[in-house]
Amino acid sequence: MLCRVANSVFWMSRYLERAENAARFIDVTSAIALGYRGRDEGLWSSLLLAGGDVENFQQRYTKATQANVTRFLLFDRENPNSVVSCLASARENARSIRENLTTPMWEAVNRFYLRVRAAAANSEQILAQPHPFLEQIKRSAHQVIGVTSATWSRGEAWQFSTMGYLLERADKTSRILDVKYFILHPDSEHLSVGVDVIQWGALLETTSALQMYRRTFGRIEPAKVVEFLVLNPRFPRSLRFCVWQAEDSLRAISGSPPQGFNNRAEQLLGQLSAQLSYARVSDILNDGLHEFVDDFQVRLNAVGEAVFDTFFQISGPERQSQQQRIIST
Amino acid sequence: MTSPTVAFDELLEMDGTPRHMALSECLASMPVHLLAQRQRYAEDELLEMGITFAVYGHNEGTEKIWPFDVVPRPVPWYEWQMVEAGLKQRIKALNLFLDDVYGEGKILKEGIVPQDLVLSAKTYRKECVGIRPPGGVWTHVTGTDLVRHSDGTIYVLEDNLRCPSGVSYVLENRELMKRVLPEVFFGSAIAPIDDYPERLLGTLLQTAPQHMNSPTAVLLTPGIYNSAYFEHSFLAQQMGIELVTGPDLFVDNDIVWMKTTRGPQRVDVIYRRIDDDFIDPECFRPDSMLGVPGVMRAYRKGNVTLANAPGTGVADDKAVYAYVPQIIQYYLNEEAILPNVPTYLCSDPDQCKYVLENLDSLVVKPTNESGGYGILMGPTAPAEERAKCAESIKKDPRNYIAQPMLTLSTVPTIADGALVPRHIDLRPFILYGEELFVLPGGLTRVALKEGSMIVNSSQGGGSKDTWVLLQ
Repeated sequence: MLCRVANSVFWMSRYLERAENAARFIDVTSAIALGYRGRDEGLWSSLLLAGGDVENFQQRYTKATQANVTRFLLFDRENPNSVVSCLASARENARSIRENLTTPMWEAVNRFYLRVRAAAANSEQILAQPHPFLEQIKRSAHQVIGVTSATWSRGEAWQFSTMGYLLERADKTSRILDVKYFILHPDSEHLSVGVDVIQWGALLETTSALQMYRRTFGRIEPAKVVEFLVLNPRFPRSLRFCVWQAEDSLRAISGSPPQGFNNRAEQLLGQLSAQLSYARVSDILNDGLHEFVDDFQVRLNAVGEAVFDTFFQISGPERQSQQQRIIST
Repeated sequence: MTSPTVAFDELLEMDGTPRHMALSECLASMPVHLLAQRQRYAEDELLEMGITFAVYGHNEGTEKIWPFDVVPRPVPWYEWQMVEAGLKQRIKALNLFLDDVYGEGKILKEGIVPQDLVLSAKTYRKECVGIRPPGGVWTHVTGTDLVRHSDGTIYVLEDNLRCPSGVSYVLENRELMKRVLPEVFFGSAIAPIDDYPERLLGTLLQTAPQHMNSPTAVLLTPGIYNSAYFEHSFLAQQMGIELVTGPDLFVDNDIVWMKTTRGPQRVDVIYRRIDDDFIDPECFRPDSMLGVPGVMRAYRKGNVTLANAPGTGVADDKAVYAYVPQIIQYYLNEEAILPNVPTYLCSDPDQCKYVLENLDSLVVKPTNESGGYGILMGPTAPAEERAKCAESIKKDPRNYIAQPMLTLSTVPTIADGALVPRHIDLRPFILYGEELFVLPGGLTRVALKEGSMIVNSSQGGGSKDTWVLLQ
């Protein structure tokens, strides 16, 4: 397939996943806020911190209030990672490769975009009560994934799309874990007692992971929650699952056999995958969850860049706004 | 041509008798508010389907849907047969003309068409002299504009031989009609149009360079900001070929390649929706960012087919247009089936004098523009615009022609909850590969403003489904 098309397919999926995750971010924070005793601003600014958006936010807002942060993440067109910007980018990418998508896929993306655009025109009302809109975002995103799965041939384009949303999802799950870190454990050694079971539960719920977690581990324990979201081999939002599946897609694209690599992207993704396959949650917690997440994001970004250099660069499309900033400590 | 009186009504005879009983009965049985409701539904569908065109100079609303009117425009079968034969005749002759103009130049030497008129056309490409595209096909796709005047005659208004657009709306309008107004289809036998993409693909592959066994065709678009981008994307999707932009292609060793994730892949046929001017910065405009450097070298070597061929614009120059009846006579030894609109060439001193003396009753057009740009509607234009136009004509007579003001025929159209007559034209699409094919019907554009004759999408026009009625 054309390099330009591969690039657009990849980014269309990433932006859709990014929008859905922005909705999850707001949801998790709102849920935690209900039981949060600290200052409200600290809570919402930690969300910005985890997302790597602080600088961008501070250029236009003074206080990290719920209203400001929600507006920034949902409707701010100056924020390239806001839901409204992501949908515009996803749709622009989709439009430029429309002939490669099935009609139901294109229509689902277009409808998603039109809904978000309509909501943006009506933002005050939405911000007063964001929950239904956040749900709608998740549903619309799932709808795109659904029609994609039901109507698209499993060719090269499919693999690029799959790889795109998996890499994005892995990045975002790691960031959601970090939100928790910033809110409750600036001192990562305290990651133990069950005082904040409700909040860990809320975190699981906003990654749609609570039910699956219960079936696996039963009671909520912080270490097991981390294990589930980082290392579970079967849960579709865990880091390990996302990296494994992305690796599969990459191999399908390059036609490389297992246990080998033909390009830099495969090499980096393979290393990351191996690390997750042979990790133990106690080691991760001992070394520090935040440090682990930080390192993971750096390596994931390197994979994204290697994918660009290996497959998209030949035709020289401009790099899209790509990676969000890495959290710096 | 008689002087304009009352516009021809495509649905009713002068005495009010329906021309198409089944259709009229069906429309009469539906209350107008119901039609209007279906219309709104249709427009919502268009937005959701993303069937839009770009309006230049806007931001948020860069994409607009093109208004769609649910009342179809009928064409009776006997009349369509005449139109079809006329279009085939015309396209055949124009291709022979192009072959001749860029080849031996017999028709020019014999003075049937004045040599200097042809060579002075802005769309004449000296770079194409001596090139003969595969099969002698220059215009793979044509979208001829037809209008019916108040005298009931169908005239050819323009031959669009370069990159005519609009066929995607023809196909989508039909699909939309079936969804929103299934009732009106009952009892009518309508010529199907669904096979257009298949036929277009066939045309492209048939005209591939001779030596290719299984040729690869692509559609070259200027990109998503082009006003016809939807159509480019739609046609590529329907044909299952790659939609490419200039930077996706490169020329190496006079062969065209596209850049894929698995390395370069050879391209044999380019259905290009980019004007000659922009297609190759090495050959034409050096500032073009849209084209493919070197593609003309590959074309000249016979390594790639360009559809339509570069240089076809010379045959739809509006001054050359005036000679099409003679062109048909010369190559085919036949009378033109479809008449031209009487045309005054300002390059001819006597005709120019007549034009300048009668500006208030004529329509003046630049010879090398499309999309309705630069046209002066004499009868309605303010005096100062007419004066300005007269100056332009005197300065560059070759660049202008004039025609009598036509009264376009009408079809009932929904406006403010009522059915009212609105003026229309018709653009049928003609494919030319191994043989000629005319898509039954075509794009009916409608001027939505009362009394307006301007049907262009950029200037308040809409579209209708066109029905060639088989019985």
